[in-house]
Amino acid sequence: MINLLGVTKVYPGGTTAVGDLTLAMPTGQTTVLVGPSGCGKTTTLRMINRMIEPTGGRIEIDGVNTADLEPGELRRGIGYVIQGGGLFPHRTVLDNIMTVPLLLGWDRRRAKSVATELMERVGLTASLARRYPNELSGGQQQRVGVARALAADPPVMLMDEPFSAVDPVVREQLQDEFLRLQAELGKTIVFVTHDIDEAIKLGDQVAVLRVGGALAQLAAPAELLADPADDFVADFLGHDRGYRGLGFAAAPALPISAEPVVALGASAEDARRVAAGASWLLVVDDASAPVGWVRPSALSGRVEPSDLHRGGTLARLGGTLRAALDAALSAPSRRGVLVDDDGRLVGTVRAADVLAEIEREPGVRP
Amino acid sequence: MTWFLGHLPQLGSLLLTHAVLAVIPLLVGLAVALPLGWLAQRYRWLRAPLVAGTGLLYTIPSLALFVLMPLVLGTGILDPINVVIALSVYTVALLVRTVADGLAAVPDEVVQAATAMGVGPARRFFTVELPLAVPVIAAGLRVAAVSNVSVVSVAALLGIAQLGSLFTDGFARDFVDPILVGIVACMVLALTLDVVILSLSRVLTPWTRRGRTA
Ligand SMILES: Nc1ncnc2c1ncn2[C@@H]1O[C@H](COP(=O)(O)OP(=O)(O)OP(=O)(O)O)[C@@H](O)[C@H]1O
Ligand SMILES: [Mg+2]
Repeated sequence: MINLLGVTKVYPGGTTAVGDLTLAMPTGQTTVLVGPSGCGKTTTLRMINRMIEPTGGRIEIDGVNTADLEPGELRRGIGYVIQGGGLFPHRTVLDNIMTVPLLLGWDRRRAKSVATELMERVGLTASLARRYPNELSGGQQQRVGVARALAADPPVMLMDEPFSAVDPVVREQLQDEFLRLQAELGKTIVFVTHDIDEAIKLGDQVAVLRVGGALAQLAAPAELLADPADDFVADFLGHDRGYRGLGFAAAPALPISAEPVVALGASAEDARRVAAGASWLLVVDDASAPVGWVRPSALSGRVEPSDLHRGGTLARLGGTLRAALDAALSAPSRRGVLVDDDGRLVGTVRAADVLAEIEREPGVRP
Repeated sequence: MTWFLGHLPQLGSLLLTHAVLAVIPLLVGLAVALPLGWLAQRYRWLRAPLVAGTGLLYTIPSLALFVLMPLVLGTGILDPINVVIALSVYTVALLVRTVADGLAAVPDEVVQAATAMGVGPARRFFTVELPLAVPVIAAGLRVAAVSNVSVVSVAALLGIAQLGSLFTDGFARDFVDPILVGIVACMVLALTLDVVILSLSRVLTPWTRRGRTA
């Protein structure tokens, strides 16, 4: 547990970067600090590992006042992923990752084996080990930054906009990997971002800060979307809050209809017979995974991949109301396709049934 | 040409002395400039006085410095140590700014990252900041090396034997051959030092050449 108790930072020029901030960050959870540029996120993060000394208040980690610890020792026990990467350009990927273990006096063999294992964990192929950072893509560099912070297996991780310097596709990939990794590792993480969607996706709790480093709201993501504390938080959250909130609501037992299907390669006559007059028919592959929709009336020969309408999203059975609703809205037939964990077809749901479920239980469920 | 061939052994020893008198100050100067440059970079208010102050040393005429050294140090006028110290002063004058610039060019987030991982200031200097400043420092060293080779020859006026003696000798005897040979030998020496420093810098900075131009 990291406790900020009335923490204040006034810089020598007179800027109050953080003002009387009190915040508890529970062990094993991800606390996201989010807010506009200059609201004191980096300053707050750096006060935790004492790269910046607070001008007021105190910070405790597991009940120990950090001011009583030797800064170097404190920092070697805290993983830090720096804004902008900060990889050592003159060291190979492997040597970058081995930094803290070697500082802690591990022998090289052990440091190297841990670093190699970590590379795999964060999705870097072993062939990159001997490269220098400028021989990596942006996404790979970010992964090295995360691996380097994890190297000595610190219980606490501070991450300052670790995924900000990559394109949206890679960023989403990194976020998914972050969630998978954190589910395995259960670190106490303080994660800084100015991207509210990232905050909502990654945080167990989200602290919204306003300029001057004051806490505007601290809440779980679903609660934040459902009940913003004031206009500032509501504006910061942006549009589609209701819809995005559904992303945190598990879809309960929705009424599922069996869906008639044909396999890829079936004849046009078979397709028209199975469809029995319906304007859209679902197509599955050999493993009975849905691949798309066809119009039986428009078919001439066999059902070919080029005949498929692929606009419909798939919702996982037991997934969220948002996924179920989106599956229904995106399917040309307006029947949302549900699949099991192995991607096999379960059946379809209708938007009206999802909406009925949303209305039946008012508010967003935790 | 016949003069050149006839005086090969003498030439060899002059060249060696010349090289030693140019290289030792280079090393001494670098050793002094590193901590001064670090101070100039670490404490911003020290930068202007340090860089300007040491830079001023370079404006002292070399002949004056050579003549002054025995008075200041109490050494004999013919003692080569005078030349070594005087040239070390010039090297410091050239390198303090270079070292400070080289350290300043190390990306801030790299230094911050090292700090965040608990790397202490001394270790950080030798393992992160200094290695990354090598290309800039090497560029400064190359300038200082060439400058030293040329300034050493002035010491011939005081009677300290090295390649410069060929100029005074040739001038005294109104004989052009030793002067030409001396010039060529100086150029060869300067070029050799330049190549050595450049190669060393390249060996020390393998990462600068392996990067993609992304
Ligand atoms: N060393 C410093 N000296 C003076 N003021 C500073 C210093 N560092 C930061 N500030 C100021 O403190 C405020 C908070 O800065 P901080 O870097 O913590 O913001 P941030 O929330 O991380 O912003 P961003 O999203 O842009 O990274 C800003 O107004 C900034 O200008
Ligand atoms: Mg910041």
